[in-house]
Amino acid sequence: MRSLINQRPGRGLRFALGVLPFALLLVAYVAASHARLAVNAHDKLLPAMSSFGQAIERFALRPSARTGEIQLWADTVASLRRLGTAVALSAALGLVIGILMGALPVAGAGLSPLVSGLSLVPPLALLPILFIVFGLGEVAKITLIVIGITPVIARDIALRVHEIPRELIVKAQTLGASSWQVMLRVVLPLALPRLFSAVRLALGAAWLFLIAAEAIAAESGLGYRIFLVRRYLAMDVILPYVAWITLLASLMDVALAQASHRLFRWARFGQLG
Amino acid sequence: MAVIELDNVWQQYGANVVLERLNLRLADGEFCVVVGASGCGKSTFLRLLLGEERPTRGRLLLDGQPLRDEPDATRGVVFQRYSVYPHLSVLQNVMLGFEFRGAPLCGRLFARARRAAREQALAMIDAVGLAHARTRFPGELSGGMQQRLALAQTLVARPRLLLLDEPFGALDPGIRADMHRLVRELWATYRPTVVMVTHDLKEGFELGTRLIVFDKVRHDPQAPNAYGARITYDLPIERNTQRAAPAPGVGLAA
Repeated sequence: MRSLINQRPGRGLRFALGVLPFALLLVAYVAASHARLAVNAHDKLLPAMSSFGQAIERFALRPSARTGEIQLWADTVASLRRLGTAVALSAALGLVIGILMGALPVAGAGLSPLVSGLSLVPPLALLPILFIVFGLGEVAKITLIVIGITPVIARDIALRVHEIPRELIVKAQTLGASSWQVMLRVVLPLALPRLFSAVRLALGAAWLFLIAAEAIAAESGLGYRIFLVRRYLAMDVILPYVAWITLLASLMDVALAQASHRLFRWARFGQLG
Repeated sequence: MAVIELDNVWQQYGANVVLERLNLRLADGEFCVVVGASGCGKSTFLRLLLGEERPTRGRLLLDGQPLRDEPDATRGVVFQRYSVYPHLSVLQNVMLGFEFRGAPLCGRLFARARRAAREQALAMIDAVGLAHARTRFPGELSGGMQQRLALAQTLVARPRLLLLDEPFGALDPGIRADMHRLVRELWATYRPTVVMVTHDLKEGFELGTRLIVFDKVRHDPQAPNAYGARITYDLPIERNTQRAAPAPGVGLAA
């Protein structure tokens, strides 16, 4: 028998081991729910699977009686529109600021303290200010996310630019490149793969800010819905919504990872020697 | 006229003298090899020529004009590592010099200008023996092939002075011999003025037309950094350029 440290699971075993914790959690939930419902059939804390089915039917399959829309779909579109706009803006801003900070020492001296400072402000503490300045509409929510994740992305990009070997920058200059051309043809393409990983890591925070903003002031959205039905202890709605949000977040993560893998074939060959 | 002229150049960092009293004139087409023990200031010398550093004292002239104190297209360089761009294919790497010169705003050439650049780049890629690999990324190439690419990329920009910083230091002996043959051919064809830094004396005799040795001549045991290295030997090497016959399988674009 090999030592534990040298044992690698095969494909099937790896899959089974991955699924096992989820299955165990599900079994534990069903057992606990069953036990509570046996004591009190009106218990709302741990609804039975059948209640989830009914809630999902009500919110995801049938149009709402009040608005005529499918509720889950409307909420998803509203939330994703906010999140998508904010993340795209943050990625663009973070990339530009990060490249300037990393590639131009003068810009770095001017921007680094500001960006470091901004990244330490708790964004949720700014939310009241944003609501006061921008009103309760979309702008405040999008701005919250942008303020929350742009500094992190910018700093990560700047770190990546600092990692580019000095030789590559000098070499470009000896080939006749101006500062602008060095940034455009050398620094930008070398930093782009890092943008994808930075955005992937920032997505968690982006969701957090989105849900927080929607919880406080919104008329639609996944976060809004969760906090709305909380008043009725509607765990049968909240839990499927949470699962749906988790699924959306992981799909985005996988999509970004795939896109990065396809777009930057060169990055698969590792560091040059 | 001398391509490069050093007039009493000193380089020191605080009290630490690295190079002292360097006087040197390099004529057009010379292949000057600089050898010396590690820490004798060879790399500092190269950084001075690149313009990455400014001499503490003395003057550095390129074609009679003071050398710009930042890297520019008058001087090309091949480093031991990190000489090529991992995100560009072999062809794109070699075309980069044309694109920097021809497209100040977008850094890319289009249509006719692009075809002309591509043509020249392909000829140079052929000359260094990488024709079969022009669509590959540097990460897919061996160390020797990466250095061939670095040479092509640098030479195609036709620098006034070509700087080689231990370009073959990380290669296997067999590959290194191939690279020496290639460098001799390229030098015979394009006749660039070369300054090559190496710690391999044999390599110096094999490639250069002139060998320069850096060493410290004065020593103060109480203050080991008080004196810097100087040029202690300056030897011409007889070289019959006709001898450099093209290697089989490498077509020279002459």
